[in-house]
Amino acid sequence: MPGKLKVKIVAGRHLPVMDRASDLTDAFVEVKFGNTTFKTDVYLKSLNPQWNSEWFKFEVDDEDLQDEPLQITVLDHDTYSANDAIGKVYIDIDPLLYSEAATVISGWFPIYDTIHGIRGEINVVVKVDLFNDLNRFRQSSCGVKFFCTTSIPKCYRAVVIHGFVEELVVNEDPEYQWIDRIRTPRASNEARQRLISLMSGELQRKIGLKVLEMRGNAVVGYLQCFDLEGESGLVVRAIGTACTLDKLSSPAAFLPACNSPSKEMKESPFNEDPNPNPHSSGPSTPLKNQTYSFSPSKSYSRQSSSSDTDLSLTPKTGTGSGSAGKEGGPLKALLRQQTQSALEQREFPFLTLTAFPPGLLVHVGGVVSARSVKLLDRIHNPDEPETRDAWWAEIRQEIKSHAKALGCHAVVGYSESTSICEEVCILSASGTAAVLNPRFLQEGTVEGSLEQRIEENLPVGCGFCHIPYDELNMPFPAHLTYCYNCRKQKVPDVLFTTIDLPTDAVVVGKGCLIQARLCRLKKKAQAEANATAISNLLPFMEYEVHTQLMNKLKLKGMNALFGLRIQITVGENMLMGLASATGVYLAALPTPGGIQIAGKTPNDGSYEQHISHMQKKINDTIAKNKELYEINPPEVSEEIIGSPIPEPRQRSRLLRSQSESSDEVTELDLSHGKKDAFVLEIDDADAMEDVHSLLTDVPPPSGFYSCNTEIMPGINNWTSEIQMFTSVRVVRLSSLNLTNQALNKNFNGLCENLLKSLYFKLRSMTPCCLCHVNFTVSLPEDELIQVTVTAVAITFDKNQALQTTKAHAEKSLQRASADNEEMLQFPLELCSDSLPSHAFPAAKEHLESASSNSGTPAAQRAVTVEKASPMGDGNFRNRSAPPCASSTVGVVKMTPLSFIPGAKITKYLGIINMFFIRETTSLREEGGVSGFLHAFIAEVFAMVRAHVAALGGNAVVSYIMKQCVFMENPSKNQAQCLINVSGDAVVFVRESDLEVMSAQQPAVNCQPSCTGEVTT
Amino acid sequence: MTSELDIFVGNTTLIDEDVYRLWLDGYSVNDAVALRVRSGILEQTGATAGVLQSDTMDHYRTFHMLERLLHAPPKLLHQLIFQIPPSRQALLIERYYTFDEAFVREVLGKKLSKGTKKDLDDISTKTGITLKSCRRQFDNFKRVFKVVEEMRGSLVDNIQQHFLLSDRLARDYAAIVFFANNRFETGKKKLQYLSFGDFAFCAELMIQNWTLGAVGEAPTDPDSQMDDMDVDLDKEFLQDLKELKVLVADKDLLDLHKSLVCTVLRGKLSVFSEMETNFKNLSRGLVNVAAKLTHNKDVRDLFVDLVEKFVEPCRSDHWPLSDVRLFLTQYSVSVHSLDGFRHQVLWDRYMGTLRGCLLRLYHD
Repeated sequence: MPGKLKVKIVAGRHLPVMDRASDLTDAFVEVKFGNTTFKTDVYLKSLNPQWNSEWFKFEVDDEDLQDEPLQITVLDHDTYSANDAIGKVYIDIDPLLYSEAATVISGWFPIYDTIHGIRGEINVVVKVDLFNDLNRFRQSSCGVKFFCTTSIPKCYRAVVIHGFVEELVVNEDPEYQWIDRIRTPRASNEARQRLISLMSGELQRKIGLKVLEMRGNAVVGYLQCFDLEGESGLVVRAIGTACTLDKLSSPAAFLPACNSPSKEMKESPFNEDPNPNPHSSGPSTPLKNQTYSFSPSKSYSRQSSSSDTDLSLTPKTGTGSGSAGKEGGPLKALLRQQTQSALEQREFPFLTLTAFPPGLLVHVGGVVSARSVKLLDRIHNPDEPETRDAWWAEIRQEIKSHAKALGCHAVVGYSESTSICEEVCILSASGTAAVLNPRFLQEGTVEGSLEQRIEENLPVGCGFCHIPYDELNMPFPAHLTYCYNCRKQKVPDVLFTTIDLPTDAVVVGKGCLIQARLCRLKKKAQAEANATAISNLLPFMEYEVHTQLMNKLKLKGMNALFGLRIQITVGENMLMGLASATGVYLAALPTPGGIQIAGKTPNDGSYEQHISHMQKKINDTIAKNKELYEINPPEVSEEIIGSPIPEPRQRSRLLRSQSESSDEVTELDLSHGKKDAFVLEIDDADAMEDVHSLLTDVPPPSGFYSCNTEIMPGINNWTSEIQMFTSVRVVRLSSLNLTNQALNKNFNGLCENLLKSLYFKLRSMTPCCLCHVNFTVSLPEDELIQVTVTAVAITFDKNQALQTTKAHAEKSLQRASADNEEMLQFPLELCSDSLPSHAFPAAKEHLESASSNSGTPAAQRAVTVEKASPMGDGNFRNRSAPPCASSTVGVVKMTPLSFIPGAKITKYLGIINMFFIRETTSLREEGGVSGFLHAFIAEVFAMVRAHVAALGGNAVVSYIMKQCVFMENPSKNQAQCLINVSGDAVVFVRESDLEVMSAQQPAVNCQPSCTGEVTT
Repeated sequence: MTSELDIFVGNTTLIDEDVYRLWLDGYSVNDAVALRVRSGILEQTGATAGVLQSDTMDHYRTFHMLERLLHAPPKLLHQLIFQIPPSRQALLIERYYTFDEAFVREVLGKKLSKGTKKDLDDISTKTGITLKSCRRQFDNFKRVFKVVEEMRGSLVDNIQQHFLLSDRLARDYAAIVFFANNRFETGKKKLQYLSFGDFAFCAELMIQNWTLGAVGEAPTDPDSQMDDMDVDLDKEFLQDLKELKVLVADKDLLDLHKSLVCTVLRGKLSVFSEMETNFKNLSRGLVNVAAKLTHNKDVRDLFVDLVEKFVEPCRSDHWPLSDVRLFLTQYSVSVHSLDGFRHQVLWDRYMGTLRGCLLRLYHD
C-alpha cells in the first residue's frame, strides 16, 4: 500500500441546464480511481453547485498511481430514469509523484464531454501521500522526472547523460472492438481516451524503470506518440534521453549558476549523483543490457549482423586519425576512442536532445535518416509487441550504421515518426550524426588533462562544423575546405542537421525558414503491391526534397540547415513530402556558390535569351535575399587560408535508405557527382516548373522572420510578448486529371497561403519572429490534404536588431554563456505604463500579447469612435475597472519553445500529456467543419491551461500538438477529431519581477477562488 | 482546390477591433471582406483577398463563439476557453452593448416585447442599420431589462455589476430600462427633435428624485414593495402631486406667485412681457402635468405634455435659454414665499427635477 490518493470535490460552475422544466441541474460527482468509486451528494437545482465534499481516499499501489488517471464524472441526478452524464475530467496525478514538482493539484477544470465539448467547470483538490521506502520491487518508477524539453531544463544541470531510452506498448483499439457496434459514440470515445491515458501511464512507468536501471533520475526530450493502426490496433511508443540531473536549487545560487552554466560545470565536475543508487555496481557493468526492451538475445544478434555490413563503410577509429589536422589529429582519435567506449556500450547511442550543455557537442557529421515501409497486421498478443519493436530496432540499427559511416558514434536530435494509410505504414527515423564529448556520458570518470586540452584546443564557435570523418576515406563525395573561422580544420561546404543552432555558433546575418514541398501520385493498390509502390517512390521523393532544399538554401545565400525535419506522408493515391528547416550562414563554412541554369539546346537564340533571363532573375533573388537576411560575410584574403577558395560544390550530407519488409538496404548517392558549380539543367517542362517554384516562394513581409528552430539565429533581443497558435487547413483537390505538377502547385500554394495568412493575422505584433514553426501534413482522404501548423510569434526590439555582423557574432558568443538570460525587459515595461489597461490593477500580469502591443489604440479608439454614447477617456478606464478586476482566471502562457522570453523558469511541475476525442453528429449546427475544429482546439488549449494552473504553474513550455486527426462525413452531418498534446508545466517569473521577488509571490493565480463570482 | 476547413486558434484569442465592429454592425462575411478591401488594408499589408476572407471568417467564428458569453459578461471573465486579456474583455463587452443613437430613439419607451421585435424590420429600413445589428441591440435592451427589472438597489450599480459596463454605458442602460418600464412616449413627432441624451438626462434626474429608491430610507419592512426601488416611480409621491393643484386653482395664490416672480425678474429678462402674459398658462401647464401623473396614461405622455405645455410656448416667443433658466429658478423659489402653500418639500422634489428636465429639453 505505498500511496494514498486524496480527492476533494469543492464546487462546480456554469453547468449546463439538464432539466428543461426547471432550467436547472441536480448535479453530483463520481470520483473513480482504479476500481474504486466515490460519490458526492446530489446538489439540487443549481448550475453552480457547492458540494464541499469530504476527502475521498484511495489506497493504491504506486504502480497504479503511475498508470491510472483520476477520473471525475459529473452527472445529473434523475429520480426516474438513468442519470445523465454531464462530462468528465481526467487528471494525470503523475506530477504529484516526484518531490520537486507539484505538491497539490487544485483548481477549476473544464468538464469535458466528447460529444458536447466543455460544459462548465469543476473545482477539485488532489493530494498524494507517498510512502517511499516501499519502492523495492521497482515495478513503479516514481521519482523519475520527465521533460518534453529537448535540452537540459533551465533550472537543472546535467551530471550524466546516460543515453537513449525507448519503449512501446500496444493494445486493441476500442473503436474497432465488436462491442463498439452496440455502444454509444460517447462510450466508445471515453473508452479510447481512458485506454490511451492508461497506456501512456504504463509507458511512462516502464521508461522510468529503464532510467532507474541506467542510474539516471530523469528523461529529457521525452516524445510520446500514438499510432492509430486501425484494425490492427493501437500503439503508444516513446523515446527520450535518460539523464542524471542536478537541481540548481536555492534561488540565491540559482541566479549566477544559470547565467554561466559552463563555469558551473567546470567547478564541480561530474561527481555526486544526487540520488545515490542502492545497488552500486561498478562502472564495468555493461549498461547495454539495460537498454533492451525485449529479448536481449535477439538484439545481440542484430547488432553483430549489422556491424558486418557496416564496417566496410566505417573508418575505424584509430585509422582515421591522421587526417584531421596536425594538432587535432591524435587528440581527436583519443577523444573518439573514449566516446566510443562510453557510447558503444549502448545499443543505440542516440540522444533526443537538440540543444546541448556547452562542450558536449564536438563535431557534427550530418543528417542521417532511415525509412521503412511495413504492412500492418493485427497485433495478436498485446503483452508481446515484438513485431513493432523489431521494426523500430531495425530502423535504429540503420541510423546507427549511417552515423558510423560518417565517422560519428552518436546521433543527436533524434526523432521517430510514422505515417499510416490503411494497412501500409511508413516508419521514419532521423537525427544528426555527431561526435560527443564523453565527459557527460560517463559516471565519475576523471579526465583531468584531456578534458582541459579539449577545452583549450577547440576553437570557439566553429568546432562543431569540423568534419568528424576521414578526409581520405569519405563516405560520399564531398568538397572540403579549411574552416573559415579557425583555418585549422576541414569543414564541408554545406551542413544539414536536425538540431538547434549551437549557442556558440558564429552566424552571419539572420536565418530563415526553408521548406521543400513535394507530391507524387501513386496508383491505388492493395497490401504488398501498395507497399512496393511506395518503397519504389520513396528514393525519388527523398532525392527531390533534398535537391529542393539545397536549391532554396543557395537561393537564400546560406550554407547550413538546422532543425531539418522531413516528413513523408502516405495517402490512398499519393505521397507527400514536406521538409522544413532553418537556413543560416555559418561563418565557418565557405560562401555558397550561385545557381547556374543550363539549357539543353544551346544554339537556339530565343531559348538562350530565356535562359539568361531566368539566370538573371535567380541572381537577383540571391542578391536580394542576402540583403534581406543581412548576409555580408567578412572578406577573407586567400593567403590566410593558404589555398585558393575552391568553387563550392554540391554535396550531400543526407545519408538515407529505404527498406521494405525484406530488410534490403539501399544506399542512394544524393550528390551531383563531380559537377563544379551547382547547375540546373532545364531540359523539360518539369525542370522549368522546378525553377519557377523556386522563385515563387515569397519572403515574409517586412517586420517578420520565421524559423523552425528554438530561436532565430541573428535575433537575440526578444521582448516578452508571445503568441502561440495552431492553424489547420484542409483543402480538397479537384479529382479530375491530377498530375504531379498540378499537385505540387496546389501543395505549394497551400503552404505559402497558410504562411501569408499567419503573417497577416499577426501583423500587429511586428517586429516579430515566428519560431518553432512546425508543419504537419496528413492525407485523411482521397482528395483531401490537411496541413497543421503550430508555432509561436515572439516580438523583438527592432532598434537593437539592427546590429553589424561583428556585433552579431559577439552577441551570439555572449549568449552562449548568458544562455538567453539577458533579454531586455524594459522597453515593454516602459510602454505598458502608458497603457490604459494599466488601470485594471489586478490585470498587470495579464497584460499578455494582444493587449500590450495594440492595447493603446484599442482603448482609445473605443473612446473616440463611440457614436451613440460619447464618453470621456477617464470614464472608460476607471469605471470598467471594478468589475473586470475580479476575474479569477490566471493567465497561462503556452509555447513550443523551451524558454519564455524575458522570464526565468523557476520550477518544472511535470509533463502534460493529454489526449482528447471530440465527435459531433450535428456538424452544420456547430458551424461546419471549421466551427467544430476551431471550438475543439480552443477547448484543448483551455484544458491544458487549466491543468497547468491547477498544478500551480503559469506556463507550458516545449508544447507540441503531436497529433490532430480529423475525419468528417458531411453527408451524415458528422465529424470526429483526435488531438494529442504535450509539454512541460512550469512556473516562471518575469525577470523584472525577480528583484522584488523576495517580497512578492510569483505571478501565479491558481488557487481556487469563488470570490467575485456572480450568479446569473 | 477548395478550402474545406481553415482555422487559426491562438493561445491568446486574437481580437481585431475593425472586424469586431463590422460583425457588430451586422455585416455578412462577404460584405465585411468587401468593406475591408475598400479600407485599403490589402495595399497596406500586401495580403491577398483570399487571406482577408480567411481572416474575416476566423474572426467571425470567434465572435460567434464569444457571443454566448457576452450575453452574461461575468461568464466571459470566468470562462476558461478563451484566454483574453482583461482590457480586451472590457472592450468586447463595452462594444457589444454599445447601441446606435438612431436605433435607441426608435425603441425608447416601447415595451420590450415580441411585438416590438417584429417592428425591427421597419426600424432597420428606416435607420439603415442592419437587421442583425437591430436584433442584437434590441436583445441587449431586453436582456438587461429582464435581469435588473426585479432587482433591489441602485439601477446603475445593478447593471454595472451584472453586465460589467462602463459607468457611462450603464447609465444609458438605466435610462433605457427606466423608460421601457414606465413606457414614456418618445416617438411622437413633436418629440423628434430630442436626442437619446436628452431623455437619458431626464431619466437620471427622475431616477434620482422621483423613484422609491430616491427617498433614501432603508426599507423598514423587507416585504414591502421596496423591490423595484429605482425602476418604478414613487406612487405615493405621484399621488401627493395632486396637492400642488392649489397653486393654479387658488386664484389668489396664482396671482401672488406671478407677482413675486415678476418683481424679481423685471428688467432681467429679454422676454419679460411675454413671460408676464404667459405666466398663468405656463404655470397651469406645469402644475397640471404634476397633478395628472397619478394615471399611467398621463405618466406615459409626460414628455409630450412638457413639450406642449412649456417648451413650445416659450420657443414660439423666442425665449433664450438663459431666460428660461432664470424664469424656472425664480418660479420654483418664489413658491417658498407663498404663505398659504403647505407643500414646500413636495414642490421642491417635483420642480427640482422638472426644472432640470425642462432646461435640457429646451433646444431646437
